[in-house]
Amino acid sequence: MDDTICAIATSSGIGAVSIIRLSGPKAIEIANGIFKGKDLSKVNTHTINYGFIYDGKEKIDEVLVSVMRAPKTYTKEDIVEINSHGGLLTTKTILELLLKKGVRLAEPGEFTKRAFLNGRIDLLEAEAVNDLIYAKNDMARNMALQTMGGLLTSKIKKIRNKIVEIMANIEVNIDYPEYEDIEVVTKENLLPKLKDVDKDIMGLLDDAKNGKIIKEGINVAIVGKPNVGKSSILNTLLDEEKAIVTDIAGTTRDTVEGSITLNGFLINFIDTAGIRETNDVVEKIGVEKSKMAISFADLVIVTLNNNDELSNYEKELIDSIPKEKRIIFVNKSDLEDNININEPFIKGNTLTIDGLKSLKEEIINRFNLNDILNKDMTYISNVRQKDLLRKSKESIENAVENLEKGMPVSIVQIDINNAWNYLGEITGESYQDELISTLFNNFCLGK
Amino acid sequence: MFDIIVVGGGHAGCEAANIAGKMGLKTLLLTMNKNNIADMPCNPSIGGTAKGIIVREVDALGGLMGIVADKSHFQIKMLNNSKGPAVRSLRAQADKIEYPKRMLEALNNNKNLEIKEGMVEDLIVENNKVLGVILDNKEKIYAKEVILTTGTYLKANILVGSDNKPSGPHGEKRSNHLSDNLKKYGLNIIRLKTGTPPRIKKDSIDFSVLKEELGDNEYWTFSYDIEPQYDINRQQKCYLLWTNDKTHKIIKEHLKESAMYGGYATGVGPRYCPSIEDKVVRFADKERHQLFLEPESIHYDEWYLQGFSTSMPTYVQEEMVHSLVGLENAIITKYAYAIEYDAIDSLQIKPSLENKLLENLWTAGQINGTSGYEEAAGQGIIAGINASLKLKRKEPIILKRNEAYIGVLIDDLITKGVKDPYRMLTSRAEFRLLLRHDNADLRLRGIAHDAGTINEEQYNRYLNKIKNIELLKEELKIKRLEFNETTKRVFEENNIEMPKHGSNYYELLKRPEITFELLSNFENFNYPKDVIYQVEIDLKYGGYIEKAYKEAEKLKKLEEKEIPSDIDYSKIKNLASEARQKLEQIRPETIAQAIRISGVNPADIAVLSVYLKKEYNNNE
Repeated sequence: MDDTICAIATSSGIGAVSIIRLSGPKAIEIANGIFKGKDLSKVNTHTINYGFIYDGKEKIDEVLVSVMRAPKTYTKEDIVEINSHGGLLTTKTILELLLKKGVRLAEPGEFTKRAFLNGRIDLLEAEAVNDLIYAKNDMARNMALQTMGGLLTSKIKKIRNKIVEIMANIEVNIDYPEYEDIEVVTKENLLPKLKDVDKDIMGLLDDAKNGKIIKEGINVAIVGKPNVGKSSILNTLLDEEKAIVTDIAGTTRDTVEGSITLNGFLINFIDTAGIRETNDVVEKIGVEKSKMAISFADLVIVTLNNNDELSNYEKELIDSIPKEKRIIFVNKSDLEDNININEPFIKGNTLTIDGLKSLKEEIINRFNLNDILNKDMTYISNVRQKDLLRKSKESIENAVENLEKGMPVSIVQIDINNAWNYLGEITGESYQDELISTLFNNFCLGK
Repeated sequence: MFDIIVVGGGHAGCEAANIAGKMGLKTLLLTMNKNNIADMPCNPSIGGTAKGIIVREVDALGGLMGIVADKSHFQIKMLNNSKGPAVRSLRAQADKIEYPKRMLEALNNNKNLEIKEGMVEDLIVENNKVLGVILDNKEKIYAKEVILTTGTYLKANILVGSDNKPSGPHGEKRSNHLSDNLKKYGLNIIRLKTGTPPRIKKDSIDFSVLKEELGDNEYWTFSYDIEPQYDINRQQKCYLLWTNDKTHKIIKEHLKESAMYGGYATGVGPRYCPSIEDKVVRFADKERHQLFLEPESIHYDEWYLQGFSTSMPTYVQEEMVHSLVGLENAIITKYAYAIEYDAIDSLQIKPSLENKLLENLWTAGQINGTSGYEEAAGQGIIAGINASLKLKRKEPIILKRNEAYIGVLIDDLITKGVKDPYRMLTSRAEFRLLLRHDNADLRLRGIAHDAGTINEEQYNRYLNKIKNIELLKEELKIKRLEFNETTKRVFEENNIEMPKHGSNYYELLKRPEITFELLSNFENFNYPKDVIYQVEIDLKYGGYIEKAYKEAEKLKKLEEKEIPSDIDYSKIKNLASEARQKLEQIRPETIAQAIRISGVNPADIAVLSVYLKKEYNNNE
């Protein structure tokens, strides 16, 4: 990271002020070279300075320049921010001028990457910044901000501290077997401690589900027999919400038909076109196809026709979806009741605005959408992190199981150590030295 | 002209000199005082947790420490016997007269080894190559390789309260110039400190109020090659005692008078071996601290007060000692002292223990920043072997972290560096389940044989053990449990549920509650004890051993990713500046080593790996 990078830090809208950020060893020197006002190389750190940007003799813009010297900056390098008032074109001119002076255009996320590489933020925080940049709604943004603030890191650190204290106690027993004043870790006193840790990790994993909902939204598939009104449900929902439907980027783009927000959460409708267009095809093929959509979905709305009797195909369809994953929606409530069904269901229609109100309420209840909002938003939300959490939990469970079978504490220590390392990998910390210093900070030993 | 000169006759020097001679090289051991060869200036014991395993590793590699300790101790026990096989380790109370005497005998029997008294002041260096040593009388002695094992003698200062005098351990001469000269050649010199507790006259101790500490009721040896040399019933006792309020009050009142708290010392002391004043200050809420009284020798009446090392002035030491229950009338025969000394920066050493800056120069023991007789011996034998292998134009032995505690020790030294004297702990070894006291021979005798450090008899003993382990395992797979009166009774008496009729022993022994001891009630296993022990561990802890091997395999892949020695870290973009600086300084030889350097983060490793892949095709 010897070079100096720059980028336009504000979004490329028609905002009144845009900011160009420079970071690197030559940030101040180069900015100073095109700036007329105070000598930036001599101003105090963290000051804002008024002046003009010049290209040679040509005045380009009237600006405010913030100078922040390493290491107390976002990247831990020298940072200069040029606040330009001149609109997009002027901003671009300044940027080009800087590039001409030897600054390199930053890659996406490079400021954050530098912050991480320079040890300013840990891996979890870096990932959060990334999440923030790509946040799809306000809540995802809040969650990213909280992770960035280290809330999640501190939750994981708390669990790790619990584990390291157990480990340090075991190690002291091993390395100083003759010291009688130190509590001896036994199966009996270790088991409850491990179970406590297991519970903590479980808590984070439970929260992880909510984290995914906040970040990615809920994937919904609407399935059912031809002509039960699947398209009209979708279209009614989409029409109603048109003003706030956003273009969804990311992996699901190809399969998402459209999205709405419900209580601020994204509801993504999975493309089940295949199923809807099988009018002439044998119904069994429909079942096969819907299975794919069902496996991908967090929620499946099985749509039935109030006017028809339940067919075998529909019975099969309902049975193929786990209860907690499905909502049975009986459409066309305006028509005569001919359906006979033993499962709980929601009734409604697509004729009026209120016709789908009951369906929406069911979705909100099903995912506790009102409650999630009230919790703090420190959820593990990416796959890497979740995977490590799971591995960590498995290791603790292994330790418990083997202890109960009669393995000595010094052996199941291997599992405990693994659990601790997996958690450390989430936050990207290093391990062995930390363990040894805890050992010596907590216990009093020696010759 | 010698092949190898070893400077210093401590525990590192003895092993280095002996093994070099054993490997057929003309070797000179230079010591300041022949009477101090293999001296034990601190605790009267060999082994201990982790350390006892190092002693067995030294033995497996063909070294002397194990055999000499076996012949000269008056108490021995297996520590952590109840805590599982991975953490067991032997410790012996070694006689401070007998141990050096027998070590000297062994060295005198080495026909390629010459011992000479003399103090080394400087090296003969040409073009960063060491050609020999210069003594204080200006005599020059030439050699192809020079191994420095100077212990705590480099610019040593003894501190007792505000009294600070230039001196080696127990009043010996110190080396005044060697460390300055090493600095001149570009080596970084650091200053370390260690200490030793007071010695008490036996007659003045009231043993009646102290708690006894006995040796084991089972026979043990460190060495894989000899039978026990002692009588189990004639082991000496040690004793346990504690500090009290009164002791703590005296220490707090006089704190400023101690060398450390009065600011008279500059060296960094060991974390794990704090002085008693350190313990009282750092653990203020503890009501008492545990101490041990251990005899130093059966030939004289001095006892070692373990746990009570201090740098207080002598009159305060008197008060402190007399405050202890059982030592009210104790006579102190030697006062405790702290000792400061120069050491080199272990980051300037290669994994072989040769110096990175000066060719043909090797270092081992406290000069590398470690503490402890066993740590010294472990490095000494490796330095001796590798200097010899170099002269034989063979590759050095570099033990991996999953092969030996000695491997962990050296790897820690060269990748992490030393801030306070380094002591081996089981917690430093991530593969400790593989690094057991019982399998040091299985781990290292093959390597030792290849290097030519053990004889055929030793090698055959090792091959035999392997063969027997296999035979016993085969036998267990065939033999099955029968339902009869005897077996029923045995299981009943031991409160163990009767397994199914016809279960084979191999599977049964995997259960924690079913042991060879139990089966031997109705079955005869005609194998040596160590073979049975080995098989039992293999079966009982097989799942975990398997896991450890898998982890070791991962590490091996990283060890195989070599970093070219000509790499220019300044050319790698996006390395964090701290990582770049550390990598530049340490120049790790493999990615695995790079990972272990503190300050090098996983992200840096990723960046480095990508660079290697791009720039060097041979790197996967």
